[in-house]
Amino acid sequence: MTTQEAFYNYIVRFGDDSLILGQRLSEWCGHGPILEEDIALTNIALDLIGQTTNLFELAVQIEGKGKDVDQLAFLRLEKEYTNLLLVEQPNVDFGYTIVRQFFFDVFRKLTFEALCQSSDEKLAAIAEKSLKEIKYHLKHSSEWVIRLGDGTEESHTRVQAAVNTLWKFTNELFYQDEVDQKVIELGLGVDTSLFKEAWQLHVEKVFTEATLTIPANTWQHEGGRKGTHTEHLGYLLSEMQYMQRAYPNMEW
Amino acid sequence: MVTEKAIWEHLEQISDPEIPVLSIVDLGIVRTVSISDDSCIVTITPTYSGCPAMNVIQEDIIKLLSPTIDTKVEMTLSPAWTTDWMSENGRNKLREYGIAPPEHEVDKSVLFAKPTVVPCPKCKSSHTKMISQFGSTACKAHYQCLDCLEPFDYFKCLK
Repeated sequence: MTTQEAFYNYIVRFGDDSLILGQRLSEWCGHGPILEEDIALTNIALDLIGQTTNLFELAVQIEGKGKDVDQLAFLRLEKEYTNLLLVEQPNVDFGYTIVRQFFFDVFRKLTFEALCQSSDEKLAAIAEKSLKEIKYHLKHSSEWVIRLGDGTEESHTRVQAAVNTLWKFTNELFYQDEVDQKVIELGLGVDTSLFKEAWQLHVEKVFTEATLTIPANTWQHEGGRKGTHTEHLGYLLSEMQYMQRAYPNMEW
Repeated sequence: MVTEKAIWEHLEQISDPEIPVLSIVDLGIVRTVSISDDSCIVTITPTYSGCPAMNVIQEDIIKLLSPTIDTKVEMTLSPAWTTDWMSENGRNKLREYGIAPPEHEVDKSVLFAKPTVVPCPKCKSSHTKMISQFGSTACKAHYQCLDCLEPFDYFKCLK
């Protein structure tokens, strides 16, 4: 794998994370539990899709084949998407959506904080820009984890069930392979293993406040970064890609 | 020969399509104007990554300046936009329009930060509360005045 290929893959992974989560959050449009949260979730989706656009624009520049970002977003096959399994998990209910968002936000904040120091100026600029948005998302998701966890019996039960189900996708946040090794060596990318502990500490701090517990079962699921997904991604893609496949090259 | 100053003055005519009371200069999203021979490059920066107004703004700039000078619009992400770049004029216009301008946030911690006091743009009371962290556009949050009961938009502080 050349440096160029590694760097391209590295950026597409982060772009896929925000693209797929943005699409998932968009499913809440018109269905939020309250109007304010309907607006909040779709606002977060908008930020994430904006971040994806910036990341994909950089990726196609690196690749240098003159591809359009829409091709990257809408015309790949399931196995070519390299997002984390966590972000493709279904919305289920508001509690699941918030827990998924919270795990992701803590990870994305730590990663992008470090990426502000990337030796690639353009990636550093995207990280700096995105970080301001991510911090706001994290505030939102953290506050909701606390409100739901330390809320009613019903909200506590539901949000704890979400934690129990989604915990098995959290180890993958820190997955690293030859792509990461290559970009870390060159200072282009960051070594996520360095802030695994910080991630855990942040989660524990919020969980303590929220009276939630981390499940004892430690079996972990991974494969997203290599294109091996859970069954949910296929359904998401069929909806997301419909317009571009039915009307090739359409523009908004 | 068109001067840089004249271009800046021209750009004052372009408003943010989502907050028509503010010009793109008031908002601080026009970063630089550079003129060489008979063409000009206007560099702009987005308020939020997914701001849907950026394309419209780009088209508006070209439409406005093209009859006078050959114009190109470029986008930059760094340094990232901050509400500190909003002009005093812009802040006043926002307030008059009924949107509370960004307040300096003293406590910047992500978690458990003390809430920022946002005065009501109608009655000036500082007895207000946040209804929702997110509002009608990416750059706003939703508040309510507890004295005059007016619900209002707050232009979020972004640092």
